[in-house]
Amino acid sequence: MITVSNARKQYGTFTALDDVSVEIPRGSLTALLGPSGSGKSTLLRSIAGLEGLDSGVVTIAGRDVTKEPPQRRGIGFVFQHYAAFKHMTVRDNVAFGLSIRKRPKAEIARKVDDLLEIVGLEGFQHRYPAQLSGGQRQRMALARALAVDPEVLLLDEPFGALDAKVRADLRTWLRRLHDEVHVTTVLVTHDQEEALDVSDRIAVLNRGRIEQVGDPVTLYDRPANDFVMGFLGSVATLGDQLVRPHDIVLTRDRAVALAEDAKVPGSPGVIEAVVERVVRLGFEVRVELRADSGERFAAQITRRDAFDLELHTGETVFARAAHRSSVIEIDPALAI
Amino acid sequence: MTIHTDLGRSAAAAALLHPRTGGSDGAETTAAGPDPVGSDRPDHRDGSSASTSRLGGIRSLGVGVVTLWLSVIVLLPLAALTVAAFGDGWAGFWEAVTAPAALAALWVTVVVSAGVALLNAVMGTVIAWVLVRDSFPGQRFVNAIIDLPFALPTIVASIVLLSLYGPNSPIGVHLNATRWGLIVALAFVTLPFVVRSVQPVLIEADREVEEAAASLGASNLTTFRRIILPTLAPAILSGTGLAFARAIGEYGSVVLIGGNIPRETQVASQYIQQQIEIDSPQAAAAVSVALLAIAFATLLLLRVVASRSQRREERAP
Ligand SMILES: Nc1ncnc2c1ncn2[C@@H]1O[C@H](COP(=O)(O)OP(=O)(O)OP(=O)(O)O)[C@@H](O)[C@H]1O
Ligand SMILES: [Mg+2]
Repeated sequence: MITVSNARKQYGTFTALDDVSVEIPRGSLTALLGPSGSGKSTLLRSIAGLEGLDSGVVTIAGRDVTKEPPQRRGIGFVFQHYAAFKHMTVRDNVAFGLSIRKRPKAEIARKVDDLLEIVGLEGFQHRYPAQLSGGQRQRMALARALAVDPEVLLLDEPFGALDAKVRADLRTWLRRLHDEVHVTTVLVTHDQEEALDVSDRIAVLNRGRIEQVGDPVTLYDRPANDFVMGFLGSVATLGDQLVRPHDIVLTRDRAVALAEDAKVPGSPGVIEAVVERVVRLGFEVRVELRADSGERFAAQITRRDAFDLELHTGETVFARAAHRSSVIEIDPALAI
Repeated sequence: MTIHTDLGRSAAAAALLHPRTGGSDGAETTAAGPDPVGSDRPDHRDGSSASTSRLGGIRSLGVGVVTLWLSVIVLLPLAALTVAAFGDGWAGFWEAVTAPAALAALWVTVVVSAGVALLNAVMGTVIAWVLVRDSFPGQRFVNAIIDLPFALPTIVASIVLLSLYGPNSPIGVHLNATRWGLIVALAFVTLPFVVRSVQPVLIEADREVEEAAASLGASNLTTFRRIILPTLAPAILSGTGLAFARAIGEYGSVVLIGGNIPRETQVASQYIQQQIEIDSPQAAAAVSVALLAIAFATLLLLRVVASRSQRREERAP
């Protein structure tokens, strides 16, 4: 388990971490999610000891490591750009942490073999990093970090330099690896899909502050504020509230819309809107609308609903939020 | 006998052109921090070979020009020198080179140059490190000063050193006509080689690699020894080799402070000068060829080591 309490970090007059407190449960895979410049890397590097805090306390596995250098924190760190030791073979890279600890040769060999098998690089052990693909290099870096049996594994946008397909594959692979190894893992990402996909907990950062911490479902369905709502998925403005586009229900009949809406407590009400465009995206249909107030928003409906409604440009429909949808009142102070 | 100083100069020029030249503004660029593109630069080699083959005509013209130029400037004079050295046949050459005074001069030259090269390897790396990794007042000034020995006529260097360490030394250090005098003079003129070859490599070095080593438990010393030094090694070696090649041919900077004492401080270039003066050009040429052979062997060794380490790091995936 990692705890960070009241962490503060300034760069000159700029506040990179503003009184951040967060707990990362033992054995979890927690994502630090936030837009660029929100302080994710700063927080992760502070946990690692690669960055010093101005104030605050970091503990790893119950031990106060605030004053410890990275060497003595029991961490494994994986960098976005691999940070491979270019003059060493894959095998020597993975063995590095063990060999500087002067472990017996046989033990190192056994452990490195195991790790190379786990990350699927058995056949590549005598290659140099320059002879590996990006994805392979990152798996090597992961094996290297795991070799020292770290208390916690810290990953800073580990798949950020890879293309979308490899990214998705490695993400799934990392999740499976975590289920096997169970090491407490913190993953920095600015990609909400990645965070929702792999992690069991997400901490959302914004401007050096933690906005919300929770499991992916909670964050998606019950975001604490409109920043979190907006960052975890697309949103539409319905009246003075935010709703996910797929939670918007369109009806031709005002009376029906009003009757249904009455069943949804705290709903934004029924909004009369004109269809501006209907876009078919395979099994879904995006309907772009303009409300009476002039506000534009988009609803995402199924192909079947779109068929039934027979929507055409220029027609009037009534939009409301579906039952049990995530609805957030717009807070002007937090507007993105 | 001017051939030797020319050899030295071309080595100096090579040092300036050879490595990824960071230029004198090196120290400022470090503030940029880890560069996301830096670690994964695309490889230009394939593209350039394709385009040169399309421009085949221009390429053969280029090869012709280069061959002609090298012949006129380098190869023909060297050939002429070699012919002169063997004017009295192999025996004459051997006799001239193995004359006790000649051997002594060559020995002094090689030993002192090797010492200076090693000194440079250490000090040059330290200076480059401090210039790139530390920040202190006057850093830009120090950075600019490094190139001074290249810009200064070597005879001026000799006078400068003589006024400080000579018989009238204001600080009471008398190095004239000692081997220490030679070492100081040669260290002065060869200072930039290692600094300028290591500096750009250090600037480009990926700091995250060092952080990775630290996160794996490596102390600063271990990180330096196992991670940083191997990265710098080719640059250090190349700088050291060039400094050595330069030092063995050096004349101007040692002529005043060295004292020209046979078997003590007389270096090969001074011996050659002396042979010319006593009208023995064949002996002068013979020793020149010996120097040439040493310089050539050094540069050859450098190329072999450099291409080997390059192959290891850049073998395409
Ligand atoms: N060494 C530094 N000096 C000055 N400012 C810095 C430094 N490092 C980070 N910052 C600033 O601190 C803020 C947070 O940086 P950080 O690297 O933590 O962002 P991030 O959330 O990781 O962003 P990204 O997704 O772009 O990596 C940024 O605004 C950045 O400009
Ligand atoms: Mg970052």
